[in-house]
Amino acid sequence: MEKITLTKEMVLQTLQNNFGNIFSNIEEPYGILTATVTKDKIIDILAFLNKHEILQFQMLTDLCAVHFPERDKKFQIVYHVHSLSNNFRLRLKVDLDGDPPKIPTATIVYATANWMERETYDFYGVIFEGHPNLKRILNIDDMVIFPMRKEYPLEDNTRTDKDDRMFGREPNPLFKPLI
Amino acid sequence: MSTTASNITIEKAPAGIEGAGFFATGFDKVIGMARKNSIWPLPFATSCCGIEFMATMASTYDLGRFGSERLSFSPRQADLLMVMGTIAKKMGPVLKQVYEQMAEPRWVIAVGACASSGGIFDSYSVLQGIDQIIPVDVYVPGCPPRPEQIIDGLLRVQDLVANESLRRRNSPEYKALLASYGIK
Repeated sequence: MEKITLTKEMVLQTLQNNFGNIFSNIEEPYGILTATVTKDKIIDILAFLNKHEILQFQMLTDLCAVHFPERDKKFQIVYHVHSLSNNFRLRLKVDLDGDPPKIPTATIVYATANWMERETYDFYGVIFEGHPNLKRILNIDDMVIFPMRKEYPLEDNTRTDKDDRMFGREPNPLFKPLI
Repeated sequence: MSTTASNITIEKAPAGIEGAGFFATGFDKVIGMARKNSIWPLPFATSCCGIEFMATMASTYDLGRFGSERLSFSPRQADLLMVMGTIAKKMGPVLKQVYEQMAEPRWVIAVGACASSGGIFDSYSVLQGIDQIIPVDVYVPGCPPRPEQIIDGLLRVQDLVANESLRRRNSPEYKALLASYGIK
């Protein structure tokens, strides 16, 4: 087979020919073709990209979430897929609403999504429906919060030496010790 | 006669009554002296303080000069738990189990800011000092401390070991201390 060089236009055209005009916010930050899709189509698109004879997006480089508390759809899942044979990268985004946000699992397409989805659940509380083992992976098992959500403070809440009263100041109303 | 003068010094005998052919002293003083000069440390090194500890054990600083030549990588044979580095909350139960596996009498040094207080990692995932889960005898400050500081920490432990009452580990205060950490 003759070696062809994939272009962003070719990839986008192939996707639009197969799935119609469902790709929005098409842009190229840092030179990577990026598009937003809907959550009911994302797994079909990933499977299509993975199995496609020419595209061959066989590696899921990354899967993560972003929290946008000010938006209507508060969570965004970002998929980075890589076609090793074409040296081509593609970024797909899905906006999610609801609490907890839910999205179908990508483990049926990429086995490597298993731990990535567990990590995303661990830090953002996103439910990946159909995941074979959706439990915490990095944080302690009895943690009750999803620490990367913006409503939770970065600081450890067991520390007592940050209490303003210990420095002769009026207590900061934003500082709420949990103990 | 030997031409090289030996610079090896002999440990001074504890205070006692000496006469022709006999020497009498307290049992706890002799045991304290023996224990103090044969502490087997268990290095629990998780980050950069562990690198400083490697220098402390190596030839220039040589912790072996103080009777701690032999590191014990089994907690069951160790006297001194040296915790060096950031302890994540997920590591906490592991550290506690290692401590529980050590036989009495046992001592603990927290080396560096992270082990002592969480250090710069004021974060939801990091234990804010190992004294939240196990009792600590000596804290070594620094980020990371130099080998001289780690050696000084060991010498402070030696002071504790030499002067500890043989009954301390059976005292109600000590049992209450362990109970406050939930350690049987």
